[in-house]
Amino acid sequence: MSTAHADDLHRSAATSRAPSEHADPPPAPSRRSRWVPRGSQLAAWAFLLPVVVYLGAFYAYPLYRNVDLSLRHYTVRSFVQGGAPFSGWDNFRQVIDNPTFSTALRNTMVFTLVSILFQYVLGLALAVFFHRGFRLAPTLRALFLIPWLLPLIVSASTWSWMFNSESGVVNYGLHLVGVGKVDWLTSPHWALTSVIIANIWIGIPFNLVILYSGLQNIPAELYEAASLDGATGWQQFRRITFPLLRPVSAITVLLGLIYTLKVFDLIWIMTRGGPGDSSTTLSTWSYRYGFGSLLPDFGPGAAVGNILILIALAFGLFYIRLQRSQPA
Amino acid sequence: MTSRVLRSRRNTVIGIVLTAVMLFPVYWMINVSLTPQQDMRKSPPDLLPLHPTFTGYRAVLDDQLPYLWVSLLIGLGTVTLTLVLSAPAGYALAKLRPRGAGLLGLLLLIAQMVPGIVMAMGFYGIFLNLGIMNTWWGLVVADSTIAVPFGVMIFAAFMSGIPDELLSAAKVDGANLWRTFTAIVLPVSRNAVVTVSLFSFLWAWSDFVFANTLDAGGDMRPITLGIYKYIGNNNQEWNAIMATAVIASIPAAVLLVLAQRYVAAGVTAGAVKD
Repeated sequence: MSTAHADDLHRSAATSRAPSEHADPPPAPSRRSRWVPRGSQLAAWAFLLPVVVYLGAFYAYPLYRNVDLSLRHYTVRSFVQGGAPFSGWDNFRQVIDNPTFSTALRNTMVFTLVSILFQYVLGLALAVFFHRGFRLAPTLRALFLIPWLLPLIVSASTWSWMFNSESGVVNYGLHLVGVGKVDWLTSPHWALTSVIIANIWIGIPFNLVILYSGLQNIPAELYEAASLDGATGWQQFRRITFPLLRPVSAITVLLGLIYTLKVFDLIWIMTRGGPGDSSTTLSTWSYRYGFGSLLPDFGPGAAVGNILILIALAFGLFYIRLQRSQPA
Repeated sequence: MTSRVLRSRRNTVIGIVLTAVMLFPVYWMINVSLTPQQDMRKSPPDLLPLHPTFTGYRAVLDDQLPYLWVSLLIGLGTVTLTLVLSAPAGYALAKLRPRGAGLLGLLLLIAQMVPGIVMAMGFYGIFLNLGIMNTWWGLVVADSTIAVPFGVMIFAAFMSGIPDELLSAAKVDGANLWRTFTAIVLPVSRNAVVTVSLFSFLWAWSDFVFANTLDAGGDMRPITLGIYKYIGNNNQEWNAIMATAVIASIPAAVLLVLAQRYVAAGVTAGAVKD
């Protein structure tokens, strides 16, 4: 079990408020020491049994069903009654040959990378700013969490109305500075940008909180020494903050990647992937196949879903490797 | 040190401005929820709710109340299921560490990476075959998949900080593993219990993918579908939509006020929000 990083971050978050709780992190070997005699393996597994059964029934089985869906030719009838013929890679071939595939893949990449870039840069800037510590800083930092805590459908519908071409407040703001009307959600040129903007807004708090806790682990003496040496704020950031924050940054970005690849609600509610395919990502495309029309086509939908899993897993394995290589 | 005081004051002002910019969409949601329908398409829009109307909120009371109750029920059900499954597992992973525990931890980590839409499609077939489509408890099961891996990780991380001496002492006093778990480990882990409960409630409350695929046709639909139905209506009454959105945001607000430190700890503990 590799909770090393979770443990570490949790501890760092905990120490900031209650140093006594984890005052003495046990050295690595003692964490693995067993206070239970080896004979109680069985008892230990009894504690794990519910989760193991659960993982089998509610993770492994749905995933298996999904793979099965993607390898058979299903109709609505055979979906209910079973007996769909095995069709090998047909669904995958059909999906990859579809012109929407390259669009969806490209949109997924653009959506994910641009979102992450802005979330990270803005989150880091805000974390550094709040780290200065000033009156009201803790309260304001807490308020910054709100976008991340709101149900996605709430954020999505709010942004939909703000981006409304005729009556949206965004276009009104642009009008005030002399920019003409932008069809945010109804123009194929802007739809993807619109959902990216909303997604950046939602993701900033996550980056801010994790990076802020990382900043708290950088010893204050380093900054004191640097300022004695006459280093400017920017130099301190470049020479101390950014390099020492690199492990936390890597984890933040990778977690962000895995999360952002999966985003569905926001895009579906704001644009349904449209107009045309202009804001369709792999997740909304998969949903469109399966549930987007009255005639569900689960085979190709599942195939798209499985391709998405593979991409997420690739980043996921990278994340796990990174996490394990970190000192606990 | 007046320059320092000045700088701190300047930072506070900048901080307030930044927060105001960040929270503008939230303000706008509230503003629109109070705007009379006939002013909705006015140009320029009213930046302040000078003529507030509560018709939007009345519509919520008339139409959406049942959805809110269902969401509450599903949220509480998800919290219960998540705690029951993840607290003992976290304890075992943190302290008992049987052979094979490492693999289980890895699987839990990977489980968090599976996209919700993929799970939804898998569940759809299963629910259809079992005839449990459109049930609130079916949705509890589906929603718990978002929270259980996270819960186990949080509990494991937290419980590994409990001193071994405490547990050995209980053993000396004759407590068996279960008794040690319920009488010592759980009470000491109150913070983890709160963190896991808060997040599993919030995620279940906010879920849209599972609700819209597994519970779109029944009588027991959650509030996210209530909003979705409003949006889908042709005569989009945006003050009613935004009023529902405001109400649906209440749990998030309550959570932030009552349990801010747990929220920060939960985010930091490596949450992959679905």
